[in-house]
Amino acid sequence: MFDFALIVQSIPFLLRGAVYTVQVSVLAIVFGLVLGWLLGLAAVSGVPALSAVSWAYVQFIRGTPLLIQIFLIYFGLPAVGINLPAFWSGVIALGLNSGGFQAEIVRAGIESIDRGQTEAARSIGMSRFKTLVFILVPQTIRRVLPPLTNELITLTKSSSLLSAIAALELTHAGQLIIARTFASFEIYAAVAIIYLALVAVLSRGSAFLEKRVFVNY
Amino acid sequence: MVILRVEHLSKSFGTTPVLNDVSLIVEKGEILIIIGPSGSGKTTLLRCIHCLEFPDRGTIVLDDVAFGAGDGPDRRWRPDPPRVLDAKRRRVGFVFQRFNLFANLTALDNVSIGPRRVLGVATTPARARAAALLDRLGLAEHAGKLPSQLSGGQQQRVAIARALSMDPALMLFDEPTSALDPELVDEVLTTMRELARSGMTMVVVTHELDFAREVGDRVIFMDAGRIVEEGRPADVFSAPREERTRAFLRRLLRIGAPHRPATSIESPRGRAHGETELTTDAAADRRA
Repeated sequence: MFDFALIVQSIPFLLRGAVYTVQVSVLAIVFGLVLGWLLGLAAVSGVPALSAVSWAYVQFIRGTPLLIQIFLIYFGLPAVGINLPAFWSGVIALGLNSGGFQAEIVRAGIESIDRGQTEAARSIGMSRFKTLVFILVPQTIRRVLPPLTNELITLTKSSSLLSAIAALELTHAGQLIIARTFASFEIYAAVAIIYLALVAVLSRGSAFLEKRVFVNY
Repeated sequence: MVILRVEHLSKSFGTTPVLNDVSLIVEKGEILIIIGPSGSGKTTLLRCIHCLEFPDRGTIVLDDVAFGAGDGPDRRWRPDPPRVLDAKRRRVGFVFQRFNLFANLTALDNVSIGPRRVLGVATTPARARAAALLDRLGLAEHAGKLPSQLSGGQQQRVAIARALSMDPALMLFDEPTSALDPELVDEVLTTMRELARSGMTMVVVTHELDFAREVGDRVIFMDAGRIVEEGRPADVFSAPREERTRAFLRRLLRIGAPHRPATSIESPRGRAHGETELTTDAAADRRA
């Protein structure tokens, strides 16, 4: 019934897909982190225009399906003359999407820091900006590490949606094998286990940061 | 020489008035004590002087420099632009009830970050000066610890050092011992006593009457957003003129200052009056 030989045979091809998945995800994570922090800081900047932009962006991102966002970039942008390959469409769509969710995590994290920290910083003459950079952000990083890890895991797994634009990532690689062999169970099981392994790496990395890099304050 | 002049300060939270036409002056080197029941506006007054809250009306002048602008015909308060306010605020130190040490920084960095990031002092001299400050307050061995590794009393002393690191012309204390376990109160009061002796100008909101009597040059009693009574601590505590002051002191002495058993105005321990004479004389000497 369960064809282990086929799985073993498929592993090289699936791993090539996994490498693609890792590449897309890592680039999207970097992009999403930068965007998420910028938007999160904009939300608490106290500058009405900036927080309005951040708010509107978050509303759009979390109000529309990721799949539609991917389609908009891959199929939609060519209409205005922007042709992006599947890989870069994926990086941008996932990064833009994750940035929106991360913005909310960062905003909530900064707002959860005791008001007294801000008051103390202002009381020694620090500007709002310096207070953010030297006092609030360092404390926020550690506090948002768990929810941020969640978000990065979600992003990595969501990259499977890129199969819909024929990006050669892990899920699509599996589908190609299944199209030839009809061995859905074996291949999807193998694909699932590879995702699990990728996510485990992220989880361990986050746990390390939490325990070793950011001291307990 | 007058260092702080507050005139006709008023503030409401929504429709609730918190400060009602409060005026006071503080002389250089003076220790002004503010007492009063909770909700009397004393903390808000202190926070307004530091512009942590903005008053609705009135003027605040520190060392001939006005905070904000409240001197128009209607005395409506107009805050300074942020940068201007940041610069003016450096000259005033603020010690919070709950310490508010920066949780991500060691004691040493808590005390050196102001000079480094606000005044632009290089890291090495800023750290050296912070270490000297901590040493002066008996905290040298705790320099490398995070706030979470310090007792409340130690945290509050580091917070005092942090405020001093900016060389303030005036120090404001907002119930600095109210959040402390009873056995930790004295170390903070000792630090404040030494600070007072060094000639620092201080405005202290406190319920520690013994401390107020010993260190204070002048005491203000506030109630319902107004200054009700003002005078030398010895006079106000032993012979309050206003009924509201009497009621408040009776209540405070019956319950006891937060950390010690009740003494009374009649002073069964028989020490309050004698000591008071001595300390006010000492305070007078210091100013002379």
